Amino acid sequence: MFLLKNIKYRDILDIKQLHIPSDKITCIVGESGSGKTTLLRLLNKMISCTEGEIYYNHNPISQIDSIDLRRDVVMLPQAPAIFPGTIEDNLLVGLRFSEKPLVNQDKLAEILKMVHLNKSPKENASQLSGGEKQRLALGRVILMAPAVFLLDEPSSALDESTEKIIIEQLVDYVKQNHKTLIMVTHSKKIAQTYADYIVEIKNGNLIDKRRE
Amino acid sequence: MDKIINLQIWQLAAAYVFIILLLFIVKMRGIPREKEIIIASIRMTLQLILTGYILMYLFEIRNPITTISVIGLMEAFAIYNIYKRVKINLSARMKKIIAFSMLTGTTSSLLYFIFVVIHISPWYDPRYFIPIAGMLVGNSMTGISLGVSRLIDGITDNRHLIESALMLGASPKDASREVMDNAFDSAILPTINSMVGMGIVFLPGMMTGQILSGISPITAIEYQIAVMLGILGSVALSVILFVQMGYRTFFNKEQQLNI
Repeated sequence: MFLLKNIKYRDILDIKQLHIPSDKITCIVGESGSGKTTLLRLLNKMISCTEGEIYYNHNPISQIDSIDLRRDVVMLPQAPAIFPGTIEDNLLVGLRFSEKPLVNQDKLAEILKMVHLNKSPKENASQLSGGEKQRLALGRVILMAPAVFLLDEPSSALDESTEKIIIEQLVDYVKQNHKTLIMVTHSKKIAQTYADYIVEIKNGNLIDKRRE
Repeated sequence: MDKIINLQIWQLAAAYVFIILLLFIVKMRGIPREKEIIIASIRMTLQLILTGYILMYLFEIRNPITTISVIGLMEAFAIYNIYKRVKINLSARMKKIIAFSMLTGTTSSLLYFIFVVIHISPWYDPRYFIPIAGMLVGNSMTGISLGVSRLIDGITDNRHLIESALMLGASPKDASREVMDNAFDSAILPTINSMVGMGIVFLPGMMTGQILSGISPITAIEYQIAVMLGILGSVALSVILFVQMGYRTFFNKEQQLNI
């Protein structure tokens, strides 16, 4: 799926080689400031590496149209933005941006249930708490059903029990639908429990990639 | 028609009593503005006298090249003024877009106005061409200045929303749409507001000038309506061209936000 070869991003990231397989769950772990988010942003082409090349399905991403890539490889940042409007507007905005067909109310209710957001789609999204906003943004990304999910600490604003439920739901969805999940997490427990592969980064360098 | 009152020098001088009044007020209240008031009064007087003589000369020679040259000078001054008014350092690409939007928006509106609306002959008659161009260029300059500031502030303040939209596969245009719409709205709003109050809250300068110089109020109003619509068209066209192209300067060829 992704192959990184001799990539550098300024003095933040320096990885000689890394292969991230498709249809698997890969967790990226490491201390704060080690370059985990930078790695996700490189895969989503929000930034471009200063040296080296990243291949996506054997094609150099420098030659793939950025918008096409981002519609296939969707990223959820650690503090996702909530757009003005209702919960429904926020769920559908990803489909609108990526020019995908919209879904009906039943599908919206299903997604809200999946991310444990017990709210009406017509409620104003700005009124939600930090944790609820994070789950709403996760629901938005799941609704887009991309080939690859790039999630940056998707449960950082959730309590431990909600975090467990949400991650389990997400992992089930990814496995059932043969998607690829690349997730940055601060929790070694989550990585060890759910990941097929764990990539550990320290000071911008890859120090370990192991199969769980 | 009543006889036009030609102002004598002493009558004009008497009007300067308002400047003396203002100087007296700021002096009494201890507001340090005397220097600016004096400089502004002198500049206004000299600039208008000079403009009066230049216009007299231009109206006499009635030459298309000189008329077009004057419009060119107006445009150059207006574009330079936009660069100066915006407090942020503008990129070379942004400067080119501002210049292109100003030139295209104002000249196309001006030509439509001259050839279709008032249909003057000869088309370059400076008595019509120059004052109308001045009003279209001046108002478009104000509109684009506002649009530039709002676009830059909007992109900077909404960086997080725009990046989130890009991550979801939005095109830079879709990601910036709300900021672009707000910039356009802010730029066009002063013109719309001035239309609302016109004739009731205030009489526009051009119309007042025409009435004072002896023209029938109905004729003055007809011109004022036409000019106001021309201004609206020119501002709208210049600003929409600017926002449609200006947002692109914040993104690189990889569709990444570049600020």
